[in-house]
Amino acid sequence: MAQTVFVEAINQAISEEMARDENVFIMGEDIRRAVYGATQDLLNDYGEKRVLDTPLSENGFFGAAIGASLVGMRPIVETLTSFMWVGMDQLISQAAKMRYMFGGQATLPVVFRATMFYGGGAAAHHSDRSYPMFMNMPGIKIVVPSNPADMKGLLKAAVRDDDPTIVFEDGTLFGMRGDVPDNADLPQGELVVPFGEAKIVREGTDVTVVGIGGAVNIAAAVADQLATEGISVEVIDPRTLVPFDKKTVLDSVEKTGRLVIADPAHKVCSAASEIASIVAEEGFWSLQAPIQKVASEQVHIPFSPALEKLVYPDFAKITAGVKRTLES
Amino acid sequence: MRFCREVSSSCETRGLTVDIDRDLLLLMLRRMWMIRNFELKVMEVHSAGEFTGAAHPYIGEEAVAVGACAALEDTDYIAGNHRSHGHPIAKGGRVDKAMAELYGRVDGYCKGKGGSMHLADYSIGILGESGILGSSVPVAVGAALAAHIKGENFVSLAFFGDGASNQGALHESMNLASVWNLPMIFLCENNQYAVTTSYAETVAVEHVSDRASAYNMPGILVDGQDVIAMYEATAEAVKRARSGQGPTLIEGLTYRYEEHSLGLGRVRRGEYRTEEEIESWRKRDPLTILEGTLISQGMATREECDAINAETVDEVEKATEFARNSPFPKPEELFDDMWANPIPFP
Repeated sequence: MAQTVFVEAINQAISEEMARDENVFIMGEDIRRAVYGATQDLLNDYGEKRVLDTPLSENGFFGAAIGASLVGMRPIVETLTSFMWVGMDQLISQAAKMRYMFGGQATLPVVFRATMFYGGGAAAHHSDRSYPMFMNMPGIKIVVPSNPADMKGLLKAAVRDDDPTIVFEDGTLFGMRGDVPDNADLPQGELVVPFGEAKIVREGTDVTVVGIGGAVNIAAAVADQLATEGISVEVIDPRTLVPFDKKTVLDSVEKTGRLVIADPAHKVCSAASEIASIVAEEGFWSLQAPIQKVASEQVHIPFSPALEKLVYPDFAKITAGVKRTLES
Repeated sequence: MRFCREVSSSCETRGLTVDIDRDLLLLMLRRMWMIRNFELKVMEVHSAGEFTGAAHPYIGEEAVAVGACAALEDTDYIAGNHRSHGHPIAKGGRVDKAMAELYGRVDGYCKGKGGSMHLADYSIGILGESGILGSSVPVAVGAALAAHIKGENFVSLAFFGDGASNQGALHESMNLASVWNLPMIFLCENNQYAVTTSYAETVAVEHVSDRASAYNMPGILVDGQDVIAMYEATAEAVKRARSGQGPTLIEGLTYRYEEHSLGLGRVRRGEYRTEEEIESWRKRDPLTILEGTLISQGMATREECDAINAETVDEVEKATEFARNSPFPKPEELFDDMWANPIPFP
């Protein structure tokens, strides 16, 4: 078991998949020189044809990735969430809809790696956490890893999946260290994390906290703190939002009777909203207190650190959410 | 105000400048008649209320798609747009499956999920028609990118109109294809109007093909009513693409005889174009031009041309019966074909 930094886990996943399958290639802006770190050494190892620096043309090269996937390639696109708006027509009109619209003729094994660089003074144009918008659109699988091992295993699964997938990489975790098993220690010889299987990060009996992306780790820290106060918090990381493992969440709420969702996205129509609605519809009789959504305030991301820190779910807000469920 | 391009009258009947196989010429004639008669039938059954929704007749533009696709192999790819019936028929698609798709039936190309604007046939390289204009062009570039990465010999061709030539997707695509030197053909069907807005009012250059110079590729202006000219230009572009010389932009000057879409009858054509203009284009009908050439060159008789027309009428009739007799999708098929690796529905 090796301690691996989150961004290195991304790099390992890409490199292993490119070595495994020559139809895998990667494209994006400034990836040959790896300005964000995730594509380090790929140019040297796999050559110019499979490591493509693109012009600033998201609508163009997103579409090119989609088209290449239709004819047998398995493209990985590196981008930022904030640049996805520029290529939305390709993501929605083409990637999400083609298979259904063409009666199953189209198969699109394309992966968009969309990094969310929020929380670092990047201001409104570079801080998007946009996965809920894509949850609303059928046809795209959505992955939000919260630690290096899941990052690696889920990205490898995304490359192998035959449907369009967006992997939302939480930029607040890029420097996070965590255990990533060595391939040699794994029975299958590699780490592939299947979609649709939530992970119970902390077991508990009093309150369930579902965290999304970076909020999972904050929720785990809250659980550790509250344990010292005699409050037993179960923390669940869904890992993929499409597909969503509702059984693990519903089973947990059946046990605890209380639900908090910690979601870095804006709170209106967030992942938290959808999870809350699932539990309200299907787990209502388990609930002993109102569901608490701890999501980002419905404002744009301000530049000033004094203001930005007020926006996202943090330790204090998640703690307060948990305690509110225990008031009744 | 300039409503449309000057119509050239130099080639009602033309001498052949290249050696084109007679069988290929007759195949092009057959496909052009197939499109013409398919569209006439679509207009008839749509107005009779046999199916609903939009449908965009390709009548008048047949030579563009047929000439272009005649220069392609089944292993080459095309992608198109909302005016979508001509492209698949031109590439050798089946009219019965196309008609059944328009009727929303299970035997349609897309099992009734796509309809008129979204025909596709992946078995012969038809990657699909896009209702969002310009949107399928980057997708087609992706197929060309795959050929480039894998070192394979196929090419990709994107159809788009004069209207979509203003979309950013088209410009981004031309730049990408050029900087990566991809085996790509950008084929503009300039039918003069985006719904009711004339090309002259919306395009900043004299010809769409002039835009090629901004992307360092050849821009070829072709008489889009002349299928042989379309074939020649596309064959040359395909040759360039296959030999690693990169993309080409071809503009076929053509004309839409009918209105933008069936069911859009509230727009009176006199409001944006004159009967004289329409008539001047009808005088250069692509079928008349090709048949004139074939007959004057002694490559086919009037009777042979008429027989090809009649055979396609018959085939379209059978296709329509096929569509009418095909069942609608069952309710449980609503959820089919969402995913290649299925997941539970919420």
